Amino acid sequence: MASPDDLQVETEQRGESVVLRPAGEIDLARSPALRSVLSRAQDARPARLVVDLQQVPYMDSSGVATLVEAMQVARRYRGSLVLCGMQERVRSIFEIARLDTVFRIVDSLEEAVGA
Amino acid sequence: MKGRPVAGDPHVKIDMLSQPRYLAGARAMIASLARRLGFGESDCAHVALALDEALCNVIKHGYEKRDDQHIWISVGPLEGQCCGIRILVEDRGRQVEPADIRSRQLDDIRPGGLGVHIIHQGMDHVEYAKRDGGGMSLLMEKRQSAAVASAAARKETA
Repeated sequence: MASPDDLQVETEQRGESVVLRPAGEIDLARSPALRSVLSRAQDARPARLVVDLQQVPYMDSSGVATLVEAMQVARRYRGSLVLCGMQERVRSIFEIARLDTVFRIVDSLEEAVGA
Repeated sequence: MKGRPVAGDPHVKIDMLSQPRYLAGARAMIASLARRLGFGESDCAHVALALDEALCNVIKHGYEKRDDQHIWISVGPLEGQCCGIRILVEDRGRQVEPADIRSRQLDDIRPGGLGVHIIHQGMDHVEYAKRDGGGMSLLMEKRQSAAVASAAARKETA
């Protein structure tokens, strides 16, 4: 049975991009699940990993930290991490943390897979 | 529970276990209270995020991820303010010097270390203290802007 702490994440291959679509609030309860999914996806060293946040209405600093870690992993193997579909509330935490200029953030999935 | 005296009785007191699964409920509770105290949606979101980060810090650093400890949240309106909220978070976790509680440098890009910065960005007043008998307390206050407070007061009297 799924635990409420589980995070639903769809995975899709789009050309040379791997797209992850988490759904739900990402906080300290759920960021370990996101970390695990990101880690598994990065084991295959995709050239581009896209995280589509369209279905994420809320994220705290634990979720942001998880994405920072994934970005650093991608840089180490010379891949890229692209974020797309950010809702306003999620975007604001990246702005507060001044990470909106550190991540590659685009509006749509189409832009992300072509980024 | 012995804690730091709070000016005025809190209107709401919550005793929650130090488990991340309860963060969503705490966020919903504080956003709802902030809304009823006259804050707009954007400010409610900032207050909820600040409380979330405060609770995360207690769970991760104060209690070192032990999930059977207690965190007390007291909430009330700011005295003498038309629209303001006062939140006190208390624990019996590890004590640290309040002056040592600070964010990492923002240009030092690495995972973690942002919670304190986010709390300060979202709230007008943030004050850490050691509790008598152990643990820490965090007092957070946020005032509504004068224009919005005035509009809220008019709505209240209409």
